[in-house]
Amino acid sequence: MSEVLVLVDAVDGKVTKPTLELLTIARRLGEPSAVVIGSVDAGPLKEYGAAKVYTVDDADIKDYLVAPKAEVLAQLVEKTSPAAVLLPSGGEGKEIAARLAVKTGSGLITDAVDVTAADDGTATTTQSVFAGNFTVQAKVTKGTPIITVKPNSATPEKADGAGTEEEFAATVSDAAKTARITASEPRKASGRPDLSEAAIVVAGGRGTGGDFAQVEAFADSLGAAVGASRAAVDSGWIAHAFQIGQTGKTVSPQLYVANGISGAIQHRAGMQTSKTIVAVNKDEEAPIFELVDFGVVGDLKTVLPTATDEITKRKG
Amino acid sequence: MNIVVCVKYVPDATADRRFEDDNTVDRAGVDGLLSELDEYAVEQALQIKEKLGDAGGDVEITVLSVGPDEATDAIRKALQMGADKGVHVVDDAVAGSDAPATSLVLAEAVKKIGAWDLVVCGMASTDGSMGVVPAMLSERLGVPGVTLGSEIDLDGDTVKIRRDGDTATQTVEGTLPLVLSVTDQSGEARYPSFKGIMAAKKKPMETWSLADLGVDADLVGLSAAWTVVEGTEARPPRTQGEVVTDEDGSGATALVEFLASKKFI
Ligand SMILES: Cc1cc2nc3c(=O)[nH]c(=O)nc-3n(C[C@H](O)[C@H](O)[C@H](O)COP(=O)(O)OP(=O)(O)OC[C@H]3O[C@@H](n4cnc5c(N)ncnc54)[C@H](O)[C@@H]3O)c2cc1C
Ligand SMILES: Nc1ncnc2c1ncn2[C@@H]1O[C@H](COP(=O)(O)O)[C@@H](O)[C@H]1O
Repeated sequence: MSEVLVLVDAVDGKVTKPTLELLTIARRLGEPSAVVIGSVDAGPLKEYGAAKVYTVDDADIKDYLVAPKAEVLAQLVEKTSPAAVLLPSGGEGKEIAARLAVKTGSGLITDAVDVTAADDGTATTTQSVFAGNFTVQAKVTKGTPIITVKPNSATPEKADGAGTEEEFAATVSDAAKTARITASEPRKASGRPDLSEAAIVVAGGRGTGGDFAQVEAFADSLGAAVGASRAAVDSGWIAHAFQIGQTGKTVSPQLYVANGISGAIQHRAGMQTSKTIVAVNKDEEAPIFELVDFGVVGDLKTVLPTATDEITKRKG
Repeated sequence: MNIVVCVKYVPDATADRRFEDDNTVDRAGVDGLLSELDEYAVEQALQIKEKLGDAGGDVEITVLSVGPDEATDAIRKALQMGADKGVHVVDDAVAGSDAPATSLVLAEAVKKIGAWDLVVCGMASTDGSMGVVPAMLSERLGVPGVTLGSEIDLDGDTVKIRRDGDTATQTVEGTLPLVLSVTDQSGEARYPSFKGIMAAKKKPMETWSLADLGVDADLVGLSAAWTVVEGTEARPPRTQGEVVTDEDGSGATALVEFLASKKFI
């Protein structure tokens, strides 16, 4: 069986959930080989089916942007002739994939929400496009399929992998070491569930008038993650990391509650595949109501606190 | 200093976007415009020009677009905003190109434009929204790629950006010549002024074919794409559920009832 390279994403040495999703998907196409650039706790990689774990020393490249990682992967592609390369969709994953595609003369598919093996074993991807209004099936026809996959596109499933570690000595050119990361400031954790993984997302928009406390309290009563529209982010009320939509995150939770958000197409792009959608908005004409399973026409400043109290009471 | 801004002509996101029978994006039946995310790229180029101009520097901004005849509208808008000249690569063979082919054509066009110092791109096109062309361009041109900047600072020949990641905010630096991409957090794009609109009418715009660039037509277009779309399907529209109007707290009660009925509480 061919190898399938999975680029491992980790935060503070801990493998992220999207990586485990990629390993799960990789097993549909061949034998997963995890590629670790730097050092991580490799336990979960083996537990989720990695037959091989290639480790690459990053002492020399970690201060640079994506170009060195693309060179490492290109050399691994050369060595292993994999059935596919899977990377996490996100700024970094997509750029590594872009460079890898050009370097190896391979087709590239970004932001897949599903990957399956066709009858002949080749990867077929599903993408959600035009603000979630269409789904598209696609395939790579040249070179090694390079596919970036969105978070939550598969449920991580355990499978015993041999997890054989192999050090890979990559050679990184000076040309790849030109865009340098000169400072990095970690963001403080909010203590709430992660936006892209949460089962419930409660979001606030311009209609909050800048006071996110009511949105946060309501979110906490439901154990939800907090999100926002771009208008709220642009106003400086909340960090960009919480923005949902075309230029923010795409979420697809069990429940999405939009508060004081009108429902512009760019916002919909990030949330309209949510299972259940609820909105609170004082304008009954707001386009967000076209999407809802349940809506309240009313002032969020009175509706949310009352609802929060009621939920807290019920949960008692 | 010479800046090239890459702008894409895209179907209007607020219109009814769809696909053609061959699964390519319908670019004829839907009104198009300058991709809004590329307006931020034009804006940052203009700000650099203004800043260096105030210091007595001379900056020329060339707007480059690869696209159908109508893509001149996108270039024109950028000229109205204040860019100096336009280059439009149009060739029937380009239709249906994937990102690697588009980046190839853009890279050859940038080379033909000549002595350039900085290429500025948007973070992603609003139609394909892959966000990969800037990295591909940097790869093809063999220069640094400093991407997804939400704050841009040019100091001598060093470009320094702020990059807002999920877990950290980074500062990234590179030395000219380089490819830069900017996000929609980098600062509102200006509207063309009346003066700008009038001035744009007289600004030069060149039209180049693949032959002008020396790019083999067999390397681009739908048939040369390295990926194939096998099917597209419209998502069934959502149907509106119950919408209640709040009166003296009734809205909150109904909301909680709904959430409980769906087992979210
Ligand atoms: C290229 C591009 C990319 C974009 N990307 C994104 C993106 O990623 N994410 C995103 O969200 N947007 C994005 N936008 C912006 C988008 O077009 C909208 O401008 C934005 O989503 C509006 O945010 P909003 O709904 O909070 O504000 P508004 O549209 O101003 O809506 C506010 C709503 O709050 C309601 N309201 C006011 N007061 C109250 C109250 N007291 N109680 C209840 N309701 C109240 C109003 O009735 C109104 O419906 C993008 C735009 C462009 C051009
Ligand atoms: N056909 C094109 N013509 C000019 N610039 C383009 C074209 N396609 C992409 N770009 C540039 O590359 C960026 C990212 O595009 P994409 O990778 O398609 O999301 C855009 O914001 C533009 O700056």
